[in-house]
Order: sequence, then C-alpha cells, then structure tokens
Amino acid sequence: MAQTADADFKTRLQSLLPKLVLSPSLAMVLVFVYGFIIFSVYLSFTDSRLLPSYGWVGWENYSKLWRLSHWEISLTNMGIFAALYITICTVLGLSLAIFLDQKVRAEGVIRTIYLYPMALSFIVTGTAWKWFLDPGIGLENVLQTWGWTTFEFDWIKNRDFAIYTVVLAAVWQTSGFVMAMFLAGLRGIDNEILKAAQMDGASNWNLYRRIIIPQLRPAFLSAFVILSHLAIKTFDLVIALTGGGPGRATELPATFMYSYTFSRNQMGIGAASATIMLMTIAAIMIPYLYAELREKK
Amino acid sequence: MSVATQDTAIRTGRVSRTLIYLVLLLFALFYMLPLYVMVVNSVKPLDEITGGGMMNLPQAFTLDPWAKAWSSAQIGVDPTGLKPYFWNSIKMVVPAVAISTVLGALNGYVLTKWRFRGDTILFGLMLFACFIPFQIVLIPMARMLGLMGLAGTTWGLVLVHVVYGIGFTTLYFRNYYAVFPTELVRAAQIDGAGFFQIFWRILLPSSGPIAVVSIIWQFTNIWNDFLFGASFAGADSQPMTVALNNLVQSSTGVKEYNVHFAGAILAALPTLLVYIVAGRYFVRGLMAGSVKG
Repeated sequence: MAQTADADFKTRLQSLLPKLVLSPSLAMVLVFVYGFIIFSVYLSFTDSRLLPSYGWVGWENYSKLWRLSHWEISLTNMGIFAALYITICTVLGLSLAIFLDQKVRAEGVIRTIYLYPMALSFIVTGTAWKWFLDPGIGLENVLQTWGWTTFEFDWIKNRDFAIYTVVLAAVWQTSGFVMAMFLAGLRGIDNEILKAAQMDGASNWNLYRRIIIPQLRPAFLSAFVILSHLAIKTFDLVIALTGGGPGRATELPATFMYSYTFSRNQMGIGAASATIMLMTIAAIMIPYLYAELREKK
Repeated sequence: MSVATQDTAIRTGRVSRTLIYLVLLLFALFYMLPLYVMVVNSVKPLDEITGGGMMNLPQAFTLDPWAKAWSSAQIGVDPTGLKPYFWNSIKMVVPAVAISTVLGALNGYVLTKWRFRGDTILFGLMLFACFIPFQIVLIPMARMLGLMGLAGTTWGLVLVHVVYGIGFTTLYFRNYYAVFPTELVRAAQIDGAGFFQIFWRILLPSSGPIAVVSIIWQFTNIWNDFLFGASFAGADSQPMTVALNNLVQSSTGVKEYNVHFAGAILAALPTLLVYIVAGRYFVRGLMAGSVKG
C-alpha cells in the first residue's frame, strides 16, 4: 500500500514539475511586467510628483500633457524620426541585400562590416557621431582645412536639422541588420520560378518587381515591426548624441518621460507619457505576435 | 542564416556588376567611418584633432589617451578612469546572462515538450514583455528594488536584466526545441526517465548552438544597456555605458576628444570581440530574434 501511495505521489510530482519549473519566470513576468504596467497606468491618474502618491486626479495629467509644448515637440520629432528611420533602413537594407545577393566576392567580409554596428552600444555610436558631426572638430572643420573653406555642416548644432543627425546615426546602427533580414528572405526564394521567368524573357528589374520583392512580404513585416518598436524606444542614442538639444530640438517621448519623471518631479505626467508610449507599441506588437503565434497551430 | 547557401538565379552584366561593387564598397566605407574615426583619434595627441586633423592618421602615435580613459580620467567626481565601471559591467553581465539563459532553456523545454492548455498564451505574455517601452516599468521598478533592499546594487541590475531578458531567451529555446523530435522525449518517458533526466540527457547535449545564440544576444543587450543602468545603478554599480556617457558629457575642463574615443572603444570592445569571434552565430541569432513564433 505504502509503495503505491509513494509511486502515486511521484507521478503527480512529475506531472506538476513542468508547471513548477515555469512558474518562477511566469511570476516574475506577471509582477515585474504586467503588475508594473498596471501600477504605472494607475500613477498616471494620480497627483504623483517627486514620489508616487495616490490622490486620484482623473485625466488631468493627460490633459496637461497634451498642452505641453515640450510633449508636442517630442511627438513631432518622433514622427519625423520614425518615418525617416523606418523608410531609409528598409530601402537601404533591401537594396544592399539585393546587391549582396549577386554572387559577389568577399560577401562574408562585407556582411560583417555592414552588421558590426549592431553589436555596439548606442552610447558608443552617439559618441562617435557626436564628435564626427561637431562643426568645431569634425567633418566641417576637416573639409575646411582641406581647402573647401566655404563648406558648412552644422546640423547637430542647428535646431532645424539636429533631428536628422539622430536619424543618420540610427540608420548607421541598424540598417545592416535590416539588410541581413532581407538577405535571409532572398536566400529562401525558389530559383526555379526565377529561371522559368527568365526563359520567358523577363528582365532583372521585372523579376525583382513582380516576383522577388512580393515574396519578401514576411521580411518587410518583421522589419517594420522591429524598426518601429526600436524607434519608439530610442533613448540612449539621443542622450549620447545631442542630449535632447540644442534646446529641445531632439527630444523624443522616451527622453521626455525620463526628464519629467526623474529631473522635473512630475511623475504623474511622466507616467502618462509612458502609458501613451506603451499603447503605441502595443497597437503594433499585439496584432503581430497574435498572428505569428496563431499560424503555428 | 541557415538558408544562406542558395545563390540567386539572377544574371548580371559587366557594367551593372561594376556598379554593384562600387555601391557595396561605398557603403562599406560608410559603416567603417565611425570606427576609423574612433580608432585613429584615440591614438593621437589632442592638438592633432583640434587642429582639423580628425580624418588624418596620427603623426605622433601615443597610447596616453587609452591609459587615461582606462585608469585616470575624471568620471563624475572621481578621477578613476573607466576601469572600475568595466568591472561593474562584468559583475552584472555574467550572472544576468547565465541566469536568463538557464531559465530560458527550461521554459523553452516546458513550452514545447510538456505542453498544457493555455501555454501559447503564457508564452505570448512573456514575449510581449520583450517589446514594452521600459519607461512604463521604471517608476515601480525603482520602488520594488528599494523594498527588496537591492536599490543601487549590482544584484538589483542583475534581477532587472533577468526579468526583461527571459522573454527573448525563452523565445530562442522554444523555437529550437520545437523542431526537436518529441518521439525521443516520449520514448525516454516510457523508459522511466524523469523531467530533469530527459532535459539533462536528451535535450541539453544538442543545445549548444542555441545556447551560444542566447548567450551572445543577452551579453550584447545587457552590456549595451543604458536606461536601466542610468536609472537604477548606485555609485558602486554603474555600468560602463553610464560611465562613458558621464565621461563624454562632462562639462568641466578641456574636452579631451582622444580620451573620449579611447573610452568609447573600451566600452565597445567586449561586444565587438564577441561579434567578431562568434559572428556567424550572432547573425543566426538575430534572424531567430525576428520573432519567428
């Protein structure tokens, strides 16, 4: 009798074990991700300033937020940055992938060169570009000493153009990665269809336009999702490259949230801005993850 | 890039081939440019940079900027150089990578070989956690670390990186184990092997490639993190990225660009080395990271 009870306990333990093993991770995610999200969203409806406080103020933080010119600038910059960053990375990534796919020599070396920026921290990238673009010592100064005395390139110090230097550095960092995604997609395309179309006299241009690029749809989708979420999360690069300046010319929602929460002691408004960031990402990610995870079944 | 062996059937003429090589070379220069700028300017005296020679090779080669960036540059209030921060980063990265990879392997094993009702939803919840803007958790995380007595410590940062890293490590191992033959697991079960025995004897021995991917991915992400380091680190636990930013942004005294560049390379070196040594796996890892559920 005792033996069967023992065996029974063992099988029960065995059947519980998988869930037990999963539970610490799950508990961490539930508390530190979803619990914290609820807490932050709740704070966005309170009068929290330096520290969390629980006086309910309804939508006041949100209405204040939307009246701040600082927030408006951050959103406008986000629009410019995201549109250019996503478009340029996609176009450049696809073009380089197509070029690299033409049985070129030293493909491995070129691929390594295109991809290494991805291994660097945005703080390193920001530092390198900050001084390279600095008109005092960087590109402008170099070309002037080389004899082109009228050359001017002060975008990083110019309120109207500084945001484009953020785009430049960000594109430099991630376009190689997008190239790799498209290259993998290109390598997955069935050559037989291409050969048949070639027999029918299709030009290379038409092969790409009609057959190859349409087949890269999944790669386009993944690239879009990854680039857009990276764009919304962009923080370190701005801190290192421009510090949000000159003035507020390169503030983004992520830097806005940070400064309102931690340096200006407006935690309620900071939490409201973080909530809006989360909602934006969720609107892109949830349908994508849903579709990806459902397909499997 | 497991499918990277198949060549395209597209044929190109001589003129277009020359053009292709030209464009590829041009962009290779574009991607190399910042690295070139960092390297050459980290080994020249300051006056060569301020005198308009940023693109030139050094005339008077010197390693002083490296020595200064490593051990005597002013970071914050103390002239400690980046050395202590480098070790802070190591002390944070090693446990965080190890713990998140082990947890990811176990989670991936459960989610593919011991499936139960609702497991896909749980995985979806873990996966979404990778993509949230971390601003949404900064405030409660700061409170929680305080409550746990981990505020400002390296272990606090380890905890943060484990929590926000397991989504990715679970994704990697789940995808990898999904194509591992389940019959082998069932057969071992019939032979009386338990949960951990099966994992240890059957799955783990063939997990090398995906473990490498997970380790490289986590190492790069955690080493390069700035937001959590800037938000939660104390004076004794600040990672390399935060220290580098303090060095570069400090407004006191002369701007020592050569020291900044040397510091930037020091901060980039570990991940760059990993990328060069294990580059092929890294690329493969990035492909797997593009959320192929």
